[in-house]
Amino acid sequence: MSDKVKVTIDGITVEVEPGTSILNAARQIGGDIVPPAMCYYSKLEGSGGKCRTCLVKVNKGSEKDPRPMPKLVASCRTGVMDGMEVQNITSPEVIEARKGVVEILLINHPLDCPICDQAGECHLQDLSYEHGVGDTRYEFERRTFDKIDIGDKIQLHMTRCILCYRCVYVANQITDNRVHGILGRGDASEISTYIEKAIDNDFSGNVIDVCPVGALTDKTFRFKNRVWFTKPVDAHRDCPTCKGKVTLWYKGDEVLRVTGRKDQFGEVEDFICNTCRFETKNTNSWIIEGPRHIAQTSVISANHYEFAPLPVIKENQVLIEANKVEFERATKI
Amino acid sequence: MARKLLLENINVPGIHTFDVYRQNGGYRSVEKAIKSMTPDAIVEEVKTSGLRGRGGAGFPTGMKWSFLAKPEGRERYLVCNADESEPGTFKDRYLMTHIPHLLIEGMIVSSFALGAKTSYIYVRGEMMPQIRILERAIAEAKNAGFLGKNILGSGYDLELYVQPGGGAYICGEETALIESLEGKRGNPRIKPPFPAISGVWACPTVVNNVETIAAVVPIINDGGDEYAKVGNGRSTGTKLISASGNLKKPGVYEIELGLPVEEFIYSDEYCGGIANGKRLKAVVAGGSSVPILPANLILNTINGQPRLMSYESLSDGGFQSGSMLGSGGFIAFDEDQCIVRNTWNFSRFYHHESCGQCSPCREGTGWMEKVLHRLEYGHGKMSDIDLLVDVSKKIEGNTICPLGDAAAWPVASAIRHFRDEFEWHVTNPKEAMERNYGLAKYADPLPKLEEVVSEN
Repeated sequence: MSDKVKVTIDGITVEVEPGTSILNAARQIGGDIVPPAMCYYSKLEGSGGKCRTCLVKVNKGSEKDPRPMPKLVASCRTGVMDGMEVQNITSPEVIEARKGVVEILLINHPLDCPICDQAGECHLQDLSYEHGVGDTRYEFERRTFDKIDIGDKIQLHMTRCILCYRCVYVANQITDNRVHGILGRGDASEISTYIEKAIDNDFSGNVIDVCPVGALTDKTFRFKNRVWFTKPVDAHRDCPTCKGKVTLWYKGDEVLRVTGRKDQFGEVEDFICNTCRFETKNTNSWIIEGPRHIAQTSVISANHYEFAPLPVIKENQVLIEANKVEFERATKI
Repeated sequence: MARKLLLENINVPGIHTFDVYRQNGGYRSVEKAIKSMTPDAIVEEVKTSGLRGRGGAGFPTGMKWSFLAKPEGRERYLVCNADESEPGTFKDRYLMTHIPHLLIEGMIVSSFALGAKTSYIYVRGEMMPQIRILERAIAEAKNAGFLGKNILGSGYDLELYVQPGGGAYICGEETALIESLEGKRGNPRIKPPFPAISGVWACPTVVNNVETIAAVVPIINDGGDEYAKVGNGRSTGTKLISASGNLKKPGVYEIELGLPVEEFIYSDEYCGGIANGKRLKAVVAGGSSVPILPANLILNTINGQPRLMSYESLSDGGFQSGSMLGSGGFIAFDEDQCIVRNTWNFSRFYHHESCGQCSPCREGTGWMEKVLHRLEYGHGKMSDIDLLVDVSKKIEGNTICPLGDAAAWPVASAIRHFRDEFEWHVTNPKEAMERNYGLAKYADPLPKLEEVVSEN
């Protein structure tokens, strides 16, 4: 069926393929009306629906059945219908509910951002900055877990976990066996390996990239540097196991870490193998493509050279024209 | 005596055995259904009866059955939800313990109506005796030719399995039950797709409560019209109520829907009044997850009508002044019970039973429990009460499955109706540790009508 369906999100109409989720329709529009998503990951089948940050209000079900949906729905797991009308940031109810979800996600989060390697590229930071409130009403001791060791490459901080299940889906769908999962239930559920087994698999490192918070971080990068002091550079190499398209994070001449290339929604373009990620950390092994584009809103762009043009460019008319966007951005700040 | 449809023969000695059950008219409905009715006629009959799901939501069973997708070449399944674990509800356990063949009989008829060749009874893990009873009953029915291949020579095959659960409350939610039945972690699925389209092993599935399936038996025996005559309005038939709390005669009662609540509590045929000559303070009418009501509002609706035990009457007034019939777990509290403690206790249960899949329920239930614990033990603050209302609002409706709502409603309603008791716990923390708030004004007549509420 090639017939596209029309869906209106916050007054903006877009035509999408039937079966698209509301979230993906919103992503096609882009901008502020894209609901935040902590657990949904478009490349992982079955993900989503758990964090409840992407809740939206459906004012009109479809052209055929115009009744509104009785509750707020998770936009990542609700398919669009022809003529559907959705309210995201224009609905006070949605904003209120999202604020509640953010507060609830944060009540047991340790808020140890100053010592967390994810700080600066953490989705929970972004989410609470955009949608949360300044303080918490939670006055009890935060939940803690026994520390477990899941191998020499990946560091698990269970206290930071928001249980998005993404790493479980990665292990199921990208790697050939899964040794970790959710144990326990309710607020005692945790990501764990059953008998403290190491997560060791060709593609297991991808759990670091999909983790929206600092629960799973790279042990080889641990405490090496803050992400906003490092410079991301796109590079590739001829890798026998994966596509080898990565982002290298430089500090000076040194490659501090290697990750997949993340798009504007924080999702990697291609999953990369562990050899690329953990063991190929010198420039000689890579073919450099150029600086990685970093969203202007990100803290990582703070001292990124893509962003502050070299003085020589400022004098050459042709180069000024070519770097127009960067100039405008620089003058803004 | 009101007419009993399910528990008519409950007192016959040996009714749990196949022979006695058969002598008392058991398995008539199987013969009637398989020999003289088509599956569609059975679904029509159930639709005519107006039977509504007895597990809590009250969704019309006939309608649920007719939604079942029937693609060619795909198996269909009937799953009986015997994962009864709501605090205050114990009717299914009673039914399975004492008259297991009624459930088996209902399962055979319902499976035939839905075209299911394999059916499951998912029993809560703690109910080990009931699992054994059911397995024995299934073996007896199989020996007698009512189960297995070619039932009663009709060419219809049915295998019935009992599946013990792990004892998680969340597995009573139908999609979590299906996940658990498939051998996975009992997390509710995100709907749609509904089980009627994609349930057990992605095949169309119907999940029904034990009592709903048992109620199919009298419907087929006497006809849907006869069944619809029993009851009141859109609440047809009879309902098992598990009465507990400070009652003279707690237990499982089969009532005709539409019985006045006052009669249910005070008449000698049913609960026989409040124990020890005390007065009624509050009632949870349908299992722990429904809103709690003070005595004056449970006996009368806000309009002054006597409240009846039916789906409509109990929910009259919405969440402002009404409750729900739910699964029929009727808990009565006398004047010496503390509502704050009780709310904390319920909250503790939901905190323990949350599956942890979606964030509002995972974190919010624990938060509410901690705040309520603080209030109950005399460390509460006035702002905690509004905080609880706010947290319950943040959970309600924002979760994948109804457990979030079930955790939020008791807290929100307890504060709505018993706010002065919560405040008293804050203002008199020492006293609150030693004695209870008492009856206060909760049993006072509603403003408009003086004559209706009377103690005993």
